[in-house]
Amino acid sequence: MIRFSEVYKRYPGGGDALKNVGFRLATGEMAFLTGHSGAGKSTLLKLITAIERPTRGQVWIGQENISKIAHRKVPFLRRRIGIIFQDHKLLHDRTVFDNVALPLVVAGLRHQDIRRRVRAALDKVGLLRKERNYPLQLSGGEQQRVGIARAVVGKPPLLLADEPTGNLDPSLSLEIMDLFAEFNRVGVAVLIASHDLELIKQLGYRQLVLSEGELVAGGDSR
Amino acid sequence: MRPWLIRHLQVFFYSLGQLWRSPWGTLMSVAVIAISLVLPTALYLALEVVDDLSGQWHSGAEISLFLEPEVSDQAAINLAKKINQRPQVASVDYISATAALEEFRQKSGFGVALDLLDKNPLPGLLRVLPKDNQLSSIQAKAWLLEFSALPEVDQAEYDYAWVQRLQAMVQIGQRLGLIFSILLGGGVVLIIGNTIRLAIFSRRQEIEINKLIGATNGFIRRPFLYSGMQQGALGGLFALAMIYAALSLLAPAVVRLAGTYQSEFTLQIVGWIELLLLPLLGGALGWAGAWLAVGRHLREIEPG
Ligand SMILES: Nc1ncnc2c1ncn2[C@@H]1O[C@H](COP(=O)(O)OP(=O)(O)OP(=O)(O)O)[C@@H](O)[C@H]1O
Ligand SMILES: [Mg+2]
Repeated sequence: MIRFSEVYKRYPGGGDALKNVGFRLATGEMAFLTGHSGAGKSTLLKLITAIERPTRGQVWIGQENISKIAHRKVPFLRRRIGIIFQDHKLLHDRTVFDNVALPLVVAGLRHQDIRRRVRAALDKVGLLRKERNYPLQLSGGEQQRVGIARAVVGKPPLLLADEPTGNLDPSLSLEIMDLFAEFNRVGVAVLIASHDLELIKQLGYRQLVLSEGELVAGGDSR
Repeated sequence: MRPWLIRHLQVFFYSLGQLWRSPWGTLMSVAVIAISLVLPTALYLALEVVDDLSGQWHSGAEISLFLEPEVSDQAAINLAKKINQRPQVASVDYISATAALEEFRQKSGFGVALDLLDKNPLPGLLRVLPKDNQLSSIQAKAWLLEFSALPEVDQAEYDYAWVQRLQAMVQIGQRLGLIFSILLGGGVVLIIGNTIRLAIFSRRQEIEINKLIGATNGFIRRPFLYSGMQQGALGGLFALAMIYAALSLLAPAVVRLAGTYQSEFTLQIVGWIELLLLPLLGGALGWAGAWLAVGRHLREIEPG
């Protein structure tokens, strides 16, 4: 699903945010990405969604090398990836339903299909009753679940999450992680960047550990 | 309906709804656009009126027929009678070469000099006076051609120098109007470009999110282009309303000025098709302005 090969990333005017990173994530696999603050977790996820480009090395998503992907192809890459953010990135002037529908509207689906699939996604995250609410009328955990519903509504084969439980208390965090595990059980590959080492240990998935931009555990054996 | 058409309609009504949701901002920019469109249009219409009036004032002016020197008094009088029989002719005066010379001698004070000539240099003259309001400028020109072709007539002249001068001024006015139109049209493009630029920045986060979930540039561009087009078209409609209001206030005065009692006069000038051009033009200018803003600023907004 994902393959990094000798990937370096240097931001203009900074040191190396990623150094010689190599790993694979198999189709349908779930893993955590950990490391201290500034280790390069967010940077690694941004390379997968072509928000940033690698300075050196190759990033493969499925059969496609995206390290030099053309601008006009980027939207279609992103439609194959569900992204979840710590700060949710919801539109506050639209209802929960409209927020979740956004990826399908963008992809140009028919109205009837959009209705059906949005309601299915909201049902999976347990928020069907709140479809007419606005994001700010929801709790932090509920907003995060709206974000997850939006990420999965297009049925992407890959989910990425950057600190999805950063603002939530332990029991809510576990709930959110269980939700990811549930999607993983039906064949979706999941990669989650997180600080929450205790929770990660508890769940027992593979861990990719970054330190100072280098992958120190869980990557390709060298 | 086809899916892409439905999608375009959705965006159309969505961006119209956005305009409706901030009525004051919309009203302001639409009013500025309307004024920018009204000014050149009003100038154009005023010139049209003047042009039309000057055309009507051709009538009432007289036509002078200068006769060949060998035409006798009797032949000239016969010709005068013949022309007088035309239904549109009010009267024809014959001024013989001798009478013309006498008149000239008295008015010019060149009497002594004229005595030195052994031959009268002046031709005989027929003054043709058309009936009031019966002769259009086109007819007048046709008459000139016809009269100058008569064997007795050396030259036919129409007293319309001042009309020509007026029309030259109208032409200059039209040039100026064109320059105004281009400047103000450019102004409309910039105004809408700026409005759209602000809209893009105020919806920066939404644009970023859309890009993150796989929206193409075309998808993100579309509502802004529609918005620009709609503001321009609304400005055009406002301009249309202003011009109609102004015309209905001015119409009585214009009719009086024209010296006619034909009330359809002003309505003929301002054709519906001509005025429907205003919203279309406004829409096109708005689209162009939005296109400029979008081309410049959407690229800058990238998630990161
Ligand atoms: N846009 C940027 N421009 C310059 N430097 C950047 C940029 N983004 C990140 N960096 C630097 O790259 C390094 C890795 O940052 P990154 O955000 O990937 O860390 P992280 O592991 O996600 O940290 P955190 O856990 O705090 O979110 C840091 O040293 C950071 O300062
Ligand atoms: Mg981070």
